[in-house]
Formats: sequence, C-alpha cells, structure tokens
Amino acid sequence: MDYIFEIIGPLLQGTAVTLQVFFATLVLAVPLGLGLALVRISRFTVASRLVSGYIWLMRGTPLMLQMLFIYFALPFVPYVGIRLPDFPAAIVAFVLNYAAYFAEIFRAGIQSVGRGQYEAGQVLGLSHAQTMRRIVLPQMVKRILPPMSNETITLIKDTSLIYVLAMNDLLRAARGMVQRDFTTMPFVVAAAFYLIMTLVLTWGFLRLEKKYAVYDD
Amino acid sequence: MPSMTTEPMISARNIRKQFGGVDVLRGVSLELGKGEVIAVIGPSGSGKSTFLRCLNQLETIDRGDIEIEGEILASTDSHGICRYAPDKEARRICRKMGMVFQQFNLFPHLTVLQNIIEAPITVKGMSREAAVPLAQELLRKVGLLEKCDSHPSRLSGGQKQRVAIARALAMEPDIMLFDEPTSALDPELTGEVLRSMRQLADEHMTMLVVTHEMAFARDVSSRVIFMDGGEIVEEQPAASFFANPLQPRTRAFLNHLG
Repeated sequence: MDYIFEIIGPLLQGTAVTLQVFFATLVLAVPLGLGLALVRISRFTVASRLVSGYIWLMRGTPLMLQMLFIYFALPFVPYVGIRLPDFPAAIVAFVLNYAAYFAEIFRAGIQSVGRGQYEAGQVLGLSHAQTMRRIVLPQMVKRILPPMSNETITLIKDTSLIYVLAMNDLLRAARGMVQRDFTTMPFVVAAAFYLIMTLVLTWGFLRLEKKYAVYDD
Repeated sequence: MPSMTTEPMISARNIRKQFGGVDVLRGVSLELGKGEVIAVIGPSGSGKSTFLRCLNQLETIDRGDIEIEGEILASTDSHGICRYAPDKEARRICRKMGMVFQQFNLFPHLTVLQNIIEAPITVKGMSREAAVPLAQELLRKVGLLEKCDSHPSRLSGGQKQRVAIARALAMEPDIMLFDEPTSALDPELTGEVLRSMRQLADEHMTMLVVTHEMAFARDVSSRVIFMDGGEIVEEQPAASFFANPLQPRTRAFLNHLG
C-alpha cells in the first residue's frame, strides 16, 4: 500500500501529460475535422478530392510514423522544414491524424440529415450557410455522439504513443517504475487511471446523449 | 395601363424539364391570379409535384419562363438558353412563396415555437420579441398554441402539418404552395389540415395546391388543373371541371377515383 502512495505522485504527473495531449488534440482536431468534412462534401471538386486524399494518407499510415516524421524528418524537408519541440510535434501529429477521423464522422452525420431539411430551409429563405449552421449541424451533433465517444476513448489511450518522442506520459511513467522497482504494480495503477478517464468520458457522452434525447428525428 | 391587381402572382410559361433524359414537364404554362386557389390534380408521375417545385427553385427548369409578381426568376432566350436570377435575387423572389411539403420537413431539433420563429429571425432579422407573438398568433390560428414547447416528434401527422403551415405563414408570403399536404396523413387526420387550408383560402391567400383530395379541389379551389404525362390536359373552373370534364383522359381519371 505504501508503495502505491509512493508511485501515485509521479503517475499523476504522467496523467497530466496524457490529459494535455488529449485536450489539445480534441480542441484543435474537432474544428479542423469539421472544416475538412464541409470541404469534402462541398461542390468544389478539386478541394473535395484533396481532402479525400488527405484523409486516405492520415488514416492509411500509423500515427506513430506520422509523429516520428514530424519530429525527426520534417526539419529536413526543403522550404517547409521546421524543427518542432517534442510536445508541439506530438500535438501536430495527433491533430492532423484525428482531424481525418473526425472529418469522416462529421461527414456521416451531416449526410444522414435528409434532403427535406435543406429544402425546408431553402423555401423559408435561409441561405445554404444558414441552413447548415442553424438546421443541419445541430442535428448532426446528436447523431455523431456514439462514434465520437468511441473516438475520444481511443484518443485517450493513443496518447501513450508519445513515448516515442521520450515524453513522460502515464504509461511511460509506469513502465519506468516497473523496470526500476521490479514490480508490475505501476501497470495495474496505470490501468486503473486509464479506466477512470474512460469512465468519465463514457459518462459525459451518456449525459450528452440524454440531453439530446429530448427530441427524436 | 394595367393595374397592379391584374398582374399575375405567378406566371409560368412553357416550362420544360427532363430527369435523366425523360421528359417530366413538356411545356407547362400557368397563371395564378391574386387571391386565386388552384388545385393541381393528376396521377402519380404526371409531373404535378415537379412543376410546383420548379416554381420556387427546388428544381431547376431546362426551358421556359417563370415570373413571380412580375419579377423574373427564370427566363429563356431565343437560343433556348435558360437563365436564373442571381442567387440572392432568386432567394428574395422565392421568399414571396411559402411552401408546405408532403413530409412536413419540420426541424426535429427545434420546438414548435422555435420552428416558426427560426426563419423570421434568421432571414428577416426580426427580433425575438416580435417573432414570438407572431408565432403564437399563427399557432392559435391553426389551433396548436398549447403545443408551442413540444418537439415535432411528439405531434401527430395532422398537427405537424398545421405547424408547417404556420411556419410558412410566419414569413408572410404572398403565395402558398402546397405539395400533397395530406398525402402522408391517416384519413382521419386530413380534415384538420384541410380546415386550416380552407381558412387560409377564405382569407384570400393565393394558393397553388397539388392534391389528391377531390373534395378540397371541388369545394375550395377556384380553378382545377388536371396534369398527365408532364402536361396540362385540362383546366377549368372547379364547378364545371367536375360536372363536365371535357377531355377523355380527365374523365378516365375521375371515373377511376370512383
């Protein structure tokens, strides 16, 4: 028991790093993903194809590879080359990657809203942009809650990938202790921490779903 | 000099439209006068709904001219090129027409009241303080004031359609287009919707109604148009249309209804 109290401090520090990556990714990738989804379904064919290609690239290669590329290889790319410290490099990789997944979730949500809603907006005099903002996107939110819950839970666990940039997230902190103290107890405590975070997310999304249950489609 | 009252509310000339190489409208023309109620009837696939949807640009026409209260929405030049008014202009012209759909198309995420005040506030820039009493007045008119805080999913089909009528009226249109407003309703619910429409007609609203309700066409409309195969087959004042249909196709259709 004493041992657990001894490791809980450093593990909480690791959790703080994990949560920073989690929230920074969420806050930046959601708007970017929404923008990508809107371009993807727009009439601008060239832009739409570019976004499709982007999504293919981001979903088609490992997130770890993307992170390694941004941290180690990007500085040597001509013209655009820039050297990022570890935390920003990780965030950029996570945001670019997760925005691609979010974009597809948003696209599915937007496209599940029927044509009749656009027509109703049109005959009432709403512009396309107004119809999107006031009618379609609010309805999208309800429909994407279950997949978004999935994706955010995946994100909280994916944050452990930042160990490749030698950042001390929850899992890396635990692993350090396991190797130092020859006990697997830190893994158990780390697992409990992940489960608590996941529980909070699940609960939060359930509350949102309940809130949106005041109406049926 | 023609006075304002003789100018048609809607003037559609020689409207043609194809869907994937199939002619759905083969030169349909119509003039709708102020305060007139025209019922458009005909078998499924006759093009009557498509024609209605062309008038407010839910569908674009291939050829022909559409004028709303004397303003040109679409026109076709001598080379057969059909042009529409610029986007903003077209939206402003189409706003003179309210529309009620077969499938209601209420906004499910908004309450009944919010459904009605949405467009006046967002499109017209009306204040909430002005829009709410207007919406309440319209809801009282269609008999649904007590439902103002309900979401559409809690309403019956007939109630939904009455809310849809109130929502369209909130934009204070000069013309109301109805696209089979009772076709998605159980028979016992059509009456309440038809009552609201009849009330509107009594207030001299200009209406164009695509319908299968022959009683409504006979009792409420001033003129009846029968469409089949993408064209107008017959057009008569309501009374004589049902008493003395001239065209064999019209007679066959009316007989078939029994």
